[in-house]
Amino acid sequence: MFDRRFVQYFDWGLLGLAVLLGGLGLLSLYSVVTAGAMTAQKILYLKQLIWFGAGLLLMVVCFLFNYKLLDRYAHAVYVFCILLLIAVLFFGKHVSGSQRWLVLGPVSIQPSEIVKIAVIVVLARYYSKNAYTRGFTLRQLFTPVTLVLIPFALIVRQPDLGTALLVVLIAGSMTVFVKIERRSFLYLFTSGTVAIPLVWFLLKNYQKQRILTFLNPDRDPLGAGYHIIQSKIAIGSGMLTGKGFLKGTQNALSFLPEQHTDFIFSVFAEEWGFVGSAILILVFLLLIVWGLNVAYSCRDPFGTILAMGICAMIFWQVVINVGMVMGLMPVVGVPLPFVSYGGSSIATMMIAIGLLINVSMRRFMLE
Amino acid sequence: MDKYLKTADSDWYKQRIIGVILCVFACFAVLFVRLFFLQIIKGGELRRLSENNSIRLQRIDPFRGIIFDRNRKMLVDNRPSFNVNVILRNARPVDQTLNKLSKYLGVPDVELAEKIAGQKRISSYKPILLKQDIGRNAVAAVEVHKYDLPGIEVNVKPRRHYLYRQSAAHLLGYLGEISSSELNSGKYPELRSGDLIGKLGIERAYDHYLRGKSGGRQVEVNATGQVVSILKTVNAHAGQNVYLTIDQDVQEKAEELLSGVTGAAVAIEPSTGQVLALASSPSFDQNTIVGGMTHEQWQAFVTDPLKPLTNRALQGEYPPASTYKILTAIAGLEEGVIDENTVFCCPGHYRFKGRDYRCWKKGGHGCVSVVQAIAESCDVFFYQVGQAVGVDRLAWYAKALGLGTISGINLPHEARGLIPTAAWKQRRTGIEWQEGETLSLAIGQGFNLVTPLQMAVMVSAIANGGTRFKPEILMKVETAEGRLVKETEPMITGKLPVSPRTMELVKQGLWEVVNTDKGTAKGARLFGLQVSGKTGTAQVIGRKEGEEEDADLPDHLKPHAWFVAYAPSDDPGIAVAVVVENGEHGSSAAAPIAREMIKAYLLKDQMRRLILANSGKGKQ
Repeated sequence: MFDRRFVQYFDWGLLGLAVLLGGLGLLSLYSVVTAGAMTAQKILYLKQLIWFGAGLLLMVVCFLFNYKLLDRYAHAVYVFCILLLIAVLFFGKHVSGSQRWLVLGPVSIQPSEIVKIAVIVVLARYYSKNAYTRGFTLRQLFTPVTLVLIPFALIVRQPDLGTALLVVLIAGSMTVFVKIERRSFLYLFTSGTVAIPLVWFLLKNYQKQRILTFLNPDRDPLGAGYHIIQSKIAIGSGMLTGKGFLKGTQNALSFLPEQHTDFIFSVFAEEWGFVGSAILILVFLLLIVWGLNVAYSCRDPFGTILAMGICAMIFWQVVINVGMVMGLMPVVGVPLPFVSYGGSSIATMMIAIGLLINVSMRRFMLE
Repeated sequence: MDKYLKTADSDWYKQRIIGVILCVFACFAVLFVRLFFLQIIKGGELRRLSENNSIRLQRIDPFRGIIFDRNRKMLVDNRPSFNVNVILRNARPVDQTLNKLSKYLGVPDVELAEKIAGQKRISSYKPILLKQDIGRNAVAAVEVHKYDLPGIEVNVKPRRHYLYRQSAAHLLGYLGEISSSELNSGKYPELRSGDLIGKLGIERAYDHYLRGKSGGRQVEVNATGQVVSILKTVNAHAGQNVYLTIDQDVQEKAEELLSGVTGAAVAIEPSTGQVLALASSPSFDQNTIVGGMTHEQWQAFVTDPLKPLTNRALQGEYPPASTYKILTAIAGLEEGVIDENTVFCCPGHYRFKGRDYRCWKKGGHGCVSVVQAIAESCDVFFYQVGQAVGVDRLAWYAKALGLGTISGINLPHEARGLIPTAAWKQRRTGIEWQEGETLSLAIGQGFNLVTPLQMAVMVSAIANGGTRFKPEILMKVETAEGRLVKETEPMITGKLPVSPRTMELVKQGLWEVVNTDKGTAKGARLFGLQVSGKTGTAQVIGRKEGEEEDADLPDHLKPHAWFVAYAPSDDPGIAVAVVVENGEHGSSAAAPIAREMIKAYLLKDQMRRLILANSGKGKQ
């Protein structure tokens, strides 16, 4: 029953990279809860440690079964996650104006995180079944668009624009990867360029203001703009080698907002400088390329598209988060994978790595 | 040739993955360049900024809207208040600095140290308020010795200022720090802990107009906390100005006459329902509240047995006493129990079911019709009318006239009052309604409770011929620049179920109360003006049978005095309800207050008409 090749082909590299990133995250979180203004919240560190351990277990579970089972049960996984999102709408906990959490006894989970995996799985199934080298026509794209719009609408309702945007970006990347047929692409492109100005005219003035502020945080110097300035000061003041572990002053005086979640990179960059931050980004790059190599080596379309979708998820979250704290991107609440505080985020990322390992260690099965 | 990709042929995918990897490299290259730019190229500059935590956010407080009366007389505005703050990291050694500062302020340094110790979260770079609203001399002293007082700063903040001391305090309300329950309610997303919010009256009811929107600026500060440059500014938006329907002259007149006694007075314009005055006594000084009271002062204030915070005009519930006879008369006439010619004879008491019900006039009123009964306030007449109408029909008329119901005035904590029915008593006490109780009810004693505002609404509806309006307190709202935001319209809440003939009889009775020799309120007469009204004397304790006149009662058991009125009788411009707690007689304690309020309002009105008429002539 147990094939020795599983051990032989086991992807220790992926596991190592994930553990390394998680470790760096715990390091930064430690700095936030000891040196930072959140010293009263040392419990957060412990919680993150527990979630990290639980994530490792989930990862093991996710590479033990054959990922082809996912192909078969893709719809069940999808429906289950959508039901979780609907449950949030009814029973979710309200936290500062949004409703994103399901409270299950001692733990709170954020279903919008795990939904990203469900969307990747269900799209991988659909695209792998219907792929042609000429690409997908508009008619064929109807189903995947519907599959994405349902969770998108539910997440926008919470509201959690960052995650909703991510779902669309991941799905879009996967769709472009499996190719859109040339004429359909042109059609989509032109109708899009025509529709955007039209929609702009229909918007109310305050809605336009909101979008402009979202695109350019400087327009809101007392809110997002101020946060970005503080974040840029924190990152820049790290200079080449950083201020040293637990010595970040921007961190210590709580000038950074959400320093344990969305702005954790700023804390890290302030303390470890260009050397440390460049290494952190390089590790992410390595992880993504490693994952794409898994997709490359896999000989089964479902596995390839699945691995590609997971890489897209990690890629977008890193680029949006790091880009935002450095002032390159709009201010959106997207956690930095493995590093930001947040149980659901860590668990989702560990599941993603588990699935990558799963695809990687079973590549021989088709040879 | 297009190829179906279901098979394991993955060369096509491999090519596309190479494309994907190139895109990933390109994006990460941008991240690296940006990182390099921030940390290496701009690193030195940003390190310097971080050293002093130099970029700070300063809040710009909005100017709260001003409150005016109906004649554009300013009632509430803002004045500058000079506050002393300390920034701990710049004030070292703190003890020494506080010691020096205490001399200039004339405050013991222990008190200043307590302010710092009292902070929930001490932060060394955020200003901590030491003392607010210091005098101009203290400002001068601190500013002169500025270099001797490191880390001490004086800033100017607008402070709410109530121009007429103790006047309309309940109506206007006051400001206070937002409470944690208000913050958590989610109704004020833009407010933070420490922000001021209206806590009572107009300040609370129209807080959303008055508040405005705060702005702020990003500033760069140097190592000692001085602002070096202003980076960005978002201007604050001033709050909107509120115009009330109140006539401050009438309001002040009512308060002047109520001073020293406990009670309330309400005046309404009958043709619109606009409230001209809403006074409650005793009052309080809002300026001392917004100036900050100590815990002891506040405790003494809220536990004062006279309850100065209670707005008796709309929270005070009193038995209506004889003013209720207006209602009993209407019910009797409309139900056909009596007509204008019905006469009951009053020997000074009325025997019903083996018990004597007394009339206030020992010798009796003789035989009287409804108009005379109102004018002379004959109890025996109304005992018989009430008995015939019955408790539940009386309650129906009371509700129709606005008693025992919320008037809908846009002010917090309005009381409902109480109009009993037989079913209510059964439910409440488990005891059946006794017919004798209807007799007490008919003359406004018993379970009945009404607020002065309800009585003013009722008499105003009678004055205008039968239309009940929602009492309106707000005239209009304007922006600071004078653009109209909102203007209120009279709102009808009901028509009185009263025929014109009944109305005529009741009005005749009310006129005779003031203007005939037998009337009970001769003290309300005004030279050159016809006033109509009704007195009332509400027993605080039940009169026992056989007990003699209650002249020697202790003060707190003396009856409450009522007077409701409107004027001029033929074309009413103002309706008034006045209650004086333990004032004994409506005619002597309450009627003169109503008279002076009417005078203050109508004389000015007549003067205005005269001037208008003269200027019209001038043009011809």
